[in-house]
Amino acid sequence: MKEMTDRNIRFGVVVFPGSNCDHDAHHAAGALLGQSAEFLWHKDHDLKNSDVIILPGGFSFGDYLRSGAIARFSPIMKEVIRFAQDGGVVIGICNGFQVLVEAGLLPGALIRNSSLRFVCRFVHLRVENGATRLTNRCKQGEVLTIPVAHGEGNYRTDPETHRRLEENGQILFRYCDKQGRTTPEANPNGSLDNIAGIMNEEGNVFGMMPHPERACDPLLRYTDGRKIFESIINSFVRPATEPELVSIHNGGR
Amino acid sequence: MFLAKVHVTLRKSILDPQGKAVEHAVATLGVVGVDEVRIGKYIEFRVDGKSEQEAREAAEQVCRKLLANPVMEDFSLVVEPQ
Amino acid sequence: MTVPVKTPEPDVDFDLALKHGLTREEYDRVVSILGRTPTYTELGIFSVMWSEHCSYKNSIAVLKTLPREGSRLLVGAGEENAGLVDVGGGFAVAFKIESHNHPSAVEPYQGAATGVGGIMRDIFTMGARPIAALNSLRFGSLDNERTKFLLRGVVKGIGDYGNSFGVPTVAGEVCFEPCYQENPLVNAMAVGIVKHGRWASAIAKGAGNPVMIVGSSTGRDGIHGATFASEEISEESEAKRPSVQVGDPFTEKLLLEATLEAIRSGFLVGIQDMGAAGLTCSSTEMSAKGKSGMRINLDRVPARETGMSAYELMLSESQERMLVVVKKGHEEEVREIFAKWDLHAEIIGVVTDEPRVVVEYEGSVVADVPAEPLVLGGGAPVYIREAIRPEYLNEVEAFDPAGVPEAGDLNSVLLRLLGTPNIASKRWVYEQYDHMVRTNNLVLAEGDAGVILIKGTNKALAMKTDCNGRYVYLSPHTGGMSAVAEAARNVVCTGALPIAVTNCLNFGNPYDPEIYWQFREAVRGMGDACRALDTPVTGGNVSFYNGSPTATVYPTPVIGMLGLVEDLAHVTTVPFRHEGDAVVLLGPPGSGHIGGSEYLATIHEIVSGTAPPIDINREKAVQGACLDAIRDGIVQSAHDVSDGGLAVAVAECCFVGPDSSFGVTADLPDESLRPDRALFGEDQSRIIVSVAPSGVEQLRKICETRDVSFKVLGKVTRDDRIRIGGRIDVGVEEAKQAYYSGLEEYLSE
Repeated sequence: MKEMTDRNIRFGVVVFPGSNCDHDAHHAAGALLGQSAEFLWHKDHDLKNSDVIILPGGFSFGDYLRSGAIARFSPIMKEVIRFAQDGGVVIGICNGFQVLVEAGLLPGALIRNSSLRFVCRFVHLRVENGATRLTNRCKQGEVLTIPVAHGEGNYRTDPETHRRLEENGQILFRYCDKQGRTTPEANPNGSLDNIAGIMNEEGNVFGMMPHPERACDPLLRYTDGRKIFESIINSFVRPATEPELVSIHNGGR
Repeated sequence: MFLAKVHVTLRKSILDPQGKAVEHAVATLGVVGVDEVRIGKYIEFRVDGKSEQEAREAAEQVCRKLLANPVMEDFSLVVEPQ
Repeated sequence: MTVPVKTPEPDVDFDLALKHGLTREEYDRVVSILGRTPTYTELGIFSVMWSEHCSYKNSIAVLKTLPREGSRLLVGAGEENAGLVDVGGGFAVAFKIESHNHPSAVEPYQGAATGVGGIMRDIFTMGARPIAALNSLRFGSLDNERTKFLLRGVVKGIGDYGNSFGVPTVAGEVCFEPCYQENPLVNAMAVGIVKHGRWASAIAKGAGNPVMIVGSSTGRDGIHGATFASEEISEESEAKRPSVQVGDPFTEKLLLEATLEAIRSGFLVGIQDMGAAGLTCSSTEMSAKGKSGMRINLDRVPARETGMSAYELMLSESQERMLVVVKKGHEEEVREIFAKWDLHAEIIGVVTDEPRVVVEYEGSVVADVPAEPLVLGGGAPVYIREAIRPEYLNEVEAFDPAGVPEAGDLNSVLLRLLGTPNIASKRWVYEQYDHMVRTNNLVLAEGDAGVILIKGTNKALAMKTDCNGRYVYLSPHTGGMSAVAEAARNVVCTGALPIAVTNCLNFGNPYDPEIYWQFREAVRGMGDACRALDTPVTGGNVSFYNGSPTATVYPTPVIGMLGLVEDLAHVTTVPFRHEGDAVVLLGPPGSGHIGGSEYLATIHEIVSGTAPPIDINREKAVQGACLDAIRDGIVQSAHDVSDGGLAVAVAECCFVGPDSSFGVTADLPDESLRPDRALFGEDQSRIIVSVAPSGVEQLRKICETRDVSFKVLGKVTRDDRIRIGGRIDVGVEEAKQAYYSGLEEYLSE
């Protein structure tokens, strides 16, 4: 784990051919949240000393075979996997989530939306674990308004993994209605148990289908995405070993 | 009852972006000597018929009218007794 | 001179030329230009370049009557791939609309997808980064299964291409009329932004400069697509249709990034996308523009298939390709830029001083043609066709609206209109489009126009496509004016000044004198409106031959309007915002004009009468007053009155958008009119705004200054009812339900 300082957090945004939310993620972390942001070209091996790696949304390699299936073989993914295994913070948004799942850094799979249609709309997310590096600025049970835009965001996993995700507090967000109820109508893609975002057991690799980077600019009215970025930044300001941030195994039990 | 097994593929002259992307990925993996990757669909279904001939005709109709888009796809059909 | 050809090609004679769509007169001209019989490849070249699609031969004379000059225009109409206008702050905007009707009728998914791809290339070829997409779609009746198939395919095609390419689809229209049953209209528009001095030109010059082909390799895709688009759809054209082009948005995304990088490098002389007629069109047009020539060797074109002939290589419409002229000595740098993005960049020829395009293949010259006579604006044919006023106009003009019985329950009329597919929410469509990528969309869906932030500035662009084909059918000149006026009004309602127009003119067969008359009159109407509103035409596209043996489409000149929001504080939206705000009608109270209305069509199943008349100077004054009031900061919401009339417009203000829901209590603007006509008549030049009670006086003064009618109709309430003129009283939730379920009901599986 890196030294914690007052300096800006360095976000590295991976650019795969076909990424198209790379600029939005860079803009959110850099211009809007005031941190430093760098693009990381998929053919490179250099993570440019990043504190946080973002795998952005888009259609890496056209998503032609399966979403994320080809991107995981990009040269930079070797470094990203090593970085994650060493405890570095990696966040996959939308297509980035699909890449992390294909790369085996997160459990489960993302299949076609149950409607068989692409869906782009604002959804409500209930924060299921407010004590992670991605959500510590949110209250447990808080409802966030953040957009989704995907054709394959239907999260699936086996019952055993599902049970473990639940027990370990690895489920970060669930699709819900305005009042926080996780109804089938509030689920835009048919995800198992309304799951919208998860993390790994160690709490350093995160995947979510909704796009927090699209809800950061006050000019666009919706700013709940800032809480996600602020949580990440916040997690570097305090010692990373502070119990409340890694207590997911004990929290709630 | 018969089992129909259908492969639907893009016609040879039609661009296959999926195949191209996979071909590229194969090269990235370091495997050499792979080219002309074409991606299609495999579909199977059960079909009733008094004879294999009759079942085949019904299946062929399904292929022509629904499973393959004649503008850009070809299909191959195998019908087996079940 | 005769040209020896190694690969045997058919002998050319007039019969073969006829099969290529050339007339006797045109063929004779080819022979006289060349001074000999053309080769097979040359025949292919002439036939596509002189096809309607590339030459505009039956439309250009009429198009030239449109106003095409203005202080903001940076390139002339038709001079480059897209129009380019100055928006201040060191930025210019490239924008254009184009049809992909015929390919979409045959294969809706790929047809629509490649339409999006083509229009995007037109924008980024100019060095502009695409920042928004729009589309204007027309289908037959939704009761029909084929319509649903076409709609699903087209929407999925647009979505899959645009979503992957990463440009938000921000506005557009979807209409349903039986006349589009066999021949849907699929018009795609794109808007891009470029810094001053950074744009590229579609030009070839500088003898010795290498010519490169970049992007995808070339296959037998869509050969003669351009000629195909120049014929009506028939059994025969179904049979001889070219192999469909398949879009590859992933490659296009790479091509975008590589192209912009190459243009920024300064190593390019000129660049043009290969759309219709592929290598033929790009090589001849770039040469003609630079008064130069090219020598091209087809052996060097990367081919996707084996055994392609010169004819096929020259005419292929394979997607995601560009032709580039590079400054001599910088070939390697350019090649490296494209290689970084895993794209080919192959030198296939060289620019020459002699203004001819010479094509070699397998060691022989297969074509040697002068560039100038081939191209639009050069020697391509120009025809003025016979025009006759259509018979049906007498009948529709004689229509007497007084004979229409007044519907009894006007509440149910309102609910039916809100739910009719033409008016109902297009949520089922726009949710399949990523309309938020690039985080620049300020209004999201359900606005009167799309509004896109120009990042790094305090300005925004407003954009809208519009056309009421029914109006143009009933009154071509008035309908043409209305299309422009309404598009401008929409843009004004979002807080923008309309600044320029692109257009996509969808008509039937121009050889039919009645259709040519419709075309001429509609364009005359557009021109009158564009002149009055000071929105010059920057370019666009003409699509003739829309129809089938049994039906011709309504004349449908789709207007793509661009507006400029000078200050983000001006951005204005449709829904009411505060209880107690005054609801005001800007513009005339109206005469209850129901001719051509949605009310007449949906409730009474009549398409007749004249289109609502429009006084374009009054229109301009109303738009001016609205924009003044918005800029003064007194307007809380603004919505133009169009399909469905006043009642529909007022109702929409109560419930569209994600979080608002208000009631309204309003009077009719003119109590003396028959209520159904006052509520649902579609009189033009009207806008519903809401203002705080303290702003009413100021608004009245603005209207007086502009000599614009002004009437406070009522106020915004919290009581969840829509009450208008004592005849409408419906629940907001019920109205909202009708509006949001109208289209989805037809399309739920």
